[in-house]
Amino acid sequence: MHPAFSVIFLTTLIGAGQGLFLALFTAESYAAFGLLPPQDGRHYALGSAVALAFLLAGLVASFFHLGRPERAWRAAAQWRTSWLSREVIVLPAFMGAVFLYGAAHFTGFNPLLATLPSALPLRLTFFLGVLATLLAFALFVCTGMIYACLRFLQEWHTPLTVINYTLLGGASGFILATALAAQRAPQAAALLGAWAMILTALAFAGRVASLWRNARLRPKSSLRTAIGVKHPRIVQKAQGAMGGSFNTREFFHGRTAAFLRQVKWLFLLLAFVLPLGLLAAGAAGAAFVVQYLGLLAERWFFFAEANHPQNLYYQAVS
Amino acid sequence: MTQLALVIDLNVCVGCHACVTSCKEWNTSGAAGPLADLSPYGANPSGTFFNRVQTYEVGEFPHTETVHFPKSCLHCEEPPCVPVCPTGASYKRKEDGIVLVDYGKCIGCKYCSWACPYGAREIDEERKVMTKCTLCVDRIYDTSLPEAERKPACVMACPTNARLFGDVHDPDSVVSQAIRENGGYQLMPEWGTQPANHYLPRRKTRLRIHEDELLRADNPLKIEGRQPRPALSEPSLDDVTSW
Repeated sequence: MHPAFSVIFLTTLIGAGQGLFLALFTAESYAAFGLLPPQDGRHYALGSAVALAFLLAGLVASFFHLGRPERAWRAAAQWRTSWLSREVIVLPAFMGAVFLYGAAHFTGFNPLLATLPSALPLRLTFFLGVLATLLAFALFVCTGMIYACLRFLQEWHTPLTVINYTLLGGASGFILATALAAQRAPQAAALLGAWAMILTALAFAGRVASLWRNARLRPKSSLRTAIGVKHPRIVQKAQGAMGGSFNTREFFHGRTAAFLRQVKWLFLLLAFVLPLGLLAAGAAGAAFVVQYLGLLAERWFFFAEANHPQNLYYQAVS
Repeated sequence: MTQLALVIDLNVCVGCHACVTSCKEWNTSGAAGPLADLSPYGANPSGTFFNRVQTYEVGEFPHTETVHFPKSCLHCEEPPCVPVCPTGASYKRKEDGIVLVDYGKCIGCKYCSWACPYGAREIDEERKVMTKCTLCVDRIYDTSLPEAERKPACVMACPTNARLFGDVHDPDSVVSQAIRENGGYQLMPEWGTQPANHYLPRRKTRLRIHEDELLRADNPLKIEGRQPRPALSEPSLDDVTSW
């Protein structure tokens, strides 16, 4: 497939935003149980604002993918069948929940709504946080399933796609949360940093597993099934156009196999190895930037690696 | 249920691209607006086509065969491009099984083209919406046309009659008979998309001549010529006359 930068930015930015919110709510939950010193509401409001900024940037990037962005509202219609439509619904819903969560913290409007039997107070932000957490995971599933549900793209048609979108977004967001907490709440930074390292290591394992799987894929389709001629040697002599077409532009990355291999090693280094080292060294800000660049490369590779069966029809110009 | 479709006979197709040009001509003149042409007179002309003819060489010289392969939307009975569409712009008509795009609803996200294993959909670079073969839906029901011309433009244009059009669910239609009797097949059956369009395979026409066909043992002229004259003493036909 041809990697579209709009989609690369969309998926990496909202992944970081989702992960950052999950990290925020994790820290708040730890604080509620007394495992971390409590923070003031402005801390969570600031974190929510940063998460919202990432989500909004991703949303803006997604509009560049559309041929008719003015009709984008129509994309919410087919949520019964289309994962893309579900993502279009869940992303704004998640942004709304994060906004309410941040606003409740910022304004201090946080009434007590329930009390656990252990006398733990459950305030408004707790319920908003749980809602936003559910939506964050729903959004990871929607984003991953957009790719995983296409059975022809065998590289994507695996549960690993959803798992990796979740883990990569989580790792990126937790590193960002660590960097933010390092300024304001050093105790939280240590805990979030540990989670960030765990998530990065898990994401590393998941991504390597998908690389391992995809390297062993056998394409289901061949030129024989594509044109229905049973002969081991079929050579294309013409593809119906000489100046290229949508089919040659949209489904080919246009790079060499060697370039792809280099990108693969680059993203393994930038998205996993270096951030782990930088986190261990306590440089969470640098770790986030390096990992984000690595995730851009990872997402580029994710698209470029997928080999669409329609490419069988476009092997030679003449 | 009706399922309109094309049946394309690869044994007859000569790769003249008449279906491509007639398709472009008809659909670029339609109510939906012209199909884009990008630098049509430049070094790399490109544009939107609903139908393309590709050419393949099968086998190794001297045992090669050229296969011309017209390729358009197959109007799948299980179209994978329809459920993925977020807006409902991509749909399959219940009444005749044609898969269509509502150009007024399409947001140009290209997701349906990713979901089509055949590469049958092309985004129009000027209108910025997804386009594809409509099976000339604006032609086949046009009662102002003579009934014989209510067929897709490509079928009308084909000089060798390699393209048949009809209802593949009607067992007595010309397309169903062609599929049944000439080994019609679907493309990439492994994905379970059940394409409605079928292709008829290349067929070898071999002349088989047997020895007895060159020298007929039962040639009536020769048999008569070799008849021995009966002897005078032999009985005659009517016991009265003699040879």
